[in-house]
Amino acid sequence: MLRRMVLIRAFDSLLPDLYTRELIRGSSHAAIGQEAVAVGACAALAPDDYITSTHRGHGHTIAKGGDVNRMMAELMGREDGYCRGKGGSMHIADFSIGMLGANGIVGGGFGIAAGAALSAQMRGSGQVALCFFGDGAINQSSFHGVANLAGIWKLPLILLCEDNRFAMSGRAELMIAGGDPVKRAQAYGFPGVSVDGMDVLAVKAAVAEAHERALAGDGPTLVVAACYRFQGHFSGDTQTYRTKEEMAPWLERDPIPAFRSSLLAEGWLREAEADAMEEEVATAIAAALEFAQASPWPEAQEAWEDVDA
Amino acid sequence: MPEMTYSEALNLALREEMRRDPAVFVMGEDVAVWGDRGGVFGVTRGLAEEFGPERVRDTPINEESIVGVAVGAALTGMRPVVEIMYSDFLTLTMEPLVNQAAKLRYMFGGQARVPLVVRTNLGASGGKAAQHSQSLETWMMHVPGLKVAMPSTPADARALLRTAIRDDNPVVFFEHKLLYFQRGEVPEQEESLEFGRAAVRREGRHATVVAAQAMLSKVLEVARRLASEGIDLEVIDPRTLVPFDIETVVESVRKTNRLLICHEATERGGWAAEIAMQVGELAFDHLDAPVARVCGANVPVPYSTPLEAAVVPGEAAIEQGLRALLAGARWGPAEIG
Repeated sequence: MLRRMVLIRAFDSLLPDLYTRELIRGSSHAAIGQEAVAVGACAALAPDDYITSTHRGHGHTIAKGGDVNRMMAELMGREDGYCRGKGGSMHIADFSIGMLGANGIVGGGFGIAAGAALSAQMRGSGQVALCFFGDGAINQSSFHGVANLAGIWKLPLILLCEDNRFAMSGRAELMIAGGDPVKRAQAYGFPGVSVDGMDVLAVKAAVAEAHERALAGDGPTLVVAACYRFQGHFSGDTQTYRTKEEMAPWLERDPIPAFRSSLLAEGWLREAEADAMEEEVATAIAAALEFAQASPWPEAQEAWEDVDA
Repeated sequence: MPEMTYSEALNLALREEMRRDPAVFVMGEDVAVWGDRGGVFGVTRGLAEEFGPERVRDTPINEESIVGVAVGAALTGMRPVVEIMYSDFLTLTMEPLVNQAAKLRYMFGGQARVPLVVRTNLGASGGKAAQHSQSLETWMMHVPGLKVAMPSTPADARALLRTAIRDDNPVVFFEHKLLYFQRGEVPEQEESLEFGRAAVRREGRHATVVAAQAMLSKVLEVARRLASEGIDLEVIDPRTLVPFDIETVVESVRKTNRLLICHEATERGGWAAEIAMQVGELAFDHLDAPVARVCGANVPVPYSTPLEAAVVPGEAAIEQGLRALLAGARWGPAEIG
C-alpha cells in the first residue's frame, strides 16, 4: 500500500514539469495529499470489483493496479496509452482491472458505478462497485437519483466521497447544505460513515466494512473520507481562495510520511527497505516517461475509429 | 401473416429477445405494473409476469439515473432496454446519454461496449402540449456515438427493436404516439432488419418524398390523391436516421429529379436540412428544383386542437409543398395549415 501511495505521489508530482515541457496538454488534476483514500479504498476491494473515478483520477487507477507506463503514454497522447491517445488524463480506463474510467463530468461516475453494481447483482457475480467522487459531486442531481435507486434496490455499491474541502474554489462548508455530507446517507436509508482520509488503514477498514455489507446483500454505504488537496485544482491554479495558514495543519498530516513512520515504528518495514522501495518507484516513473516518449503518435485516421463497436 | 398493433409488435420483440438472452432486461417508469400490466402505451405489457421483477424493473421518476444506471449495466455485461415515457424527458438524460453512453467506447480507446437501447416516443397527438409532444430525433442524430431508429410500421417496429437490442452501441429508439395502436402485418418468423436500409413505400417517377412515422401516413395519403391526377410520387421511409441510407434517396432522386422531405420535428436545424445537404453534395446535377421541406413549425407544440393542427404538418401543407415542388417554384419557409 505504501508503495502505491508513493507511486501516486511521484506520478502526479511530474505534471507541472510535463506541462512546462509541453509533453502533456489539456487538463490534468493532481491528487497529491489524497493518496490514502485511493489506496485504502482499493486495498479493501477484490481484483474483479469495479471502480469509477473522477477527473482527479490517476491515483484511483494506480491504486486499482493500473500500469503507469500506459497511463503516462495516455497523458502524452500516444498510441500505447490506455485509450490510444483518445482520452487523456480525464478518461483513463482499464476494464481488465475493473477500472471503469475516470470521468470529465463531475458526478459522471454515479450512474456507471450503480449500473455496474446492478449488473453484478443481476448476474449474481459477487462483485461490488465503488464510486469515487468529490465533495463537489455530492451536490449533483445524479447523486440523489443513484443514491435513491441504490437504496431501494440494495445495490452492492460503495459511494466513496473524497471530501478534499474544495470544489475548485468552492468550500464544502459553503456549498453543502445541512453541514456534514455524511448525513445525506440517512435520507436514503443506508449507513453513512466518516473516516480520516489521511489514514490509509482507517480508509481500508471503513471500505472493508462497506464491502461486507454489499456482499451480504445489505446494500450501499456512503463513506466520507476527510482529506485535503495539497495542490491547486490544476497546475495553473493561483489558489487565491485559501491561505497558507489554513493549509499548514493539513500539510503536516501528509498521509505518506505518516504511514511510513507508523510502519517503521511498528516494525513492519525497515528504513533500508523503505528507501529501496522509493528508489524503485523513482525508477518505475523514469521508465514510464521513457516508455511514453518512445511510444508512437496515433495515426490521424484513428480519430475515426471506435466511434461504434 | 398475423396482424398486430405497433405496440404489440414492440412487445413481441422485447419478449423474444428476453427469452433468447438473459442479459436483456427492461427498466423504466411504470413498465411493470401500470395499467394493464405494464407501460403507459402497453409496450411492456405482461413482461413482468413472464420474466419477473428482476428483469422488468419499475423505477423511481428520475430519468437521469435510469439512463445513467443503464450505461453502467451495459458496460458490464448486461443489455438494458430502458423506456423514457416521452421523448421530452430525454432532456433529463442528456448527461448519461450524450457524455457517457455515446462517448465511453471512443474515449476509452475501444475498451468499452455500450449495448443500450433507450426507447421513447415522439410526436404530437391529442393535445399533450409542449412538454409531451416534441420530436427530438435530430438532437440525437447530432451526437456521434448514438444510433437513431424511428420505425413506421408494426413489422419494422419489431424487426428494428430486435436489431437495436442486439447492437453493441447505444441506440435511441423513437416510437410515435399515433402509431401505437395502428395495426399491420408482422411476419411469423423473427426477422432482423439491418440499420441503414430505407424502405421504398411507394414507387414513382415525378418526385421523391422522404418521411417517417405519422408524416409517412400523411404523405402516402397525399400520394394516393395526386396519383388520380397522374402525379406519381416515390415515397421513402428512412427507418433509421443514424445510420442513414442516403444511397436509396440519391438513387431515387436520380430518377425523379425532385425531392421533398417531411418531418414533424421543428423545421429549423431539423434532419431535413441534413438530408438536403447530402443530396446537394451527391446528386446536385440531378435536381431540377431546390430540395423542399415541409416540417413542424418553429414553435413549441400548443395544446388547443386548432393550434396543434396549425403547427404539425398536415396533408394540405404536404400537398401544397409538393405542388410547388412539381411546378418547379422556389420553395420558401413552410406555411403550415
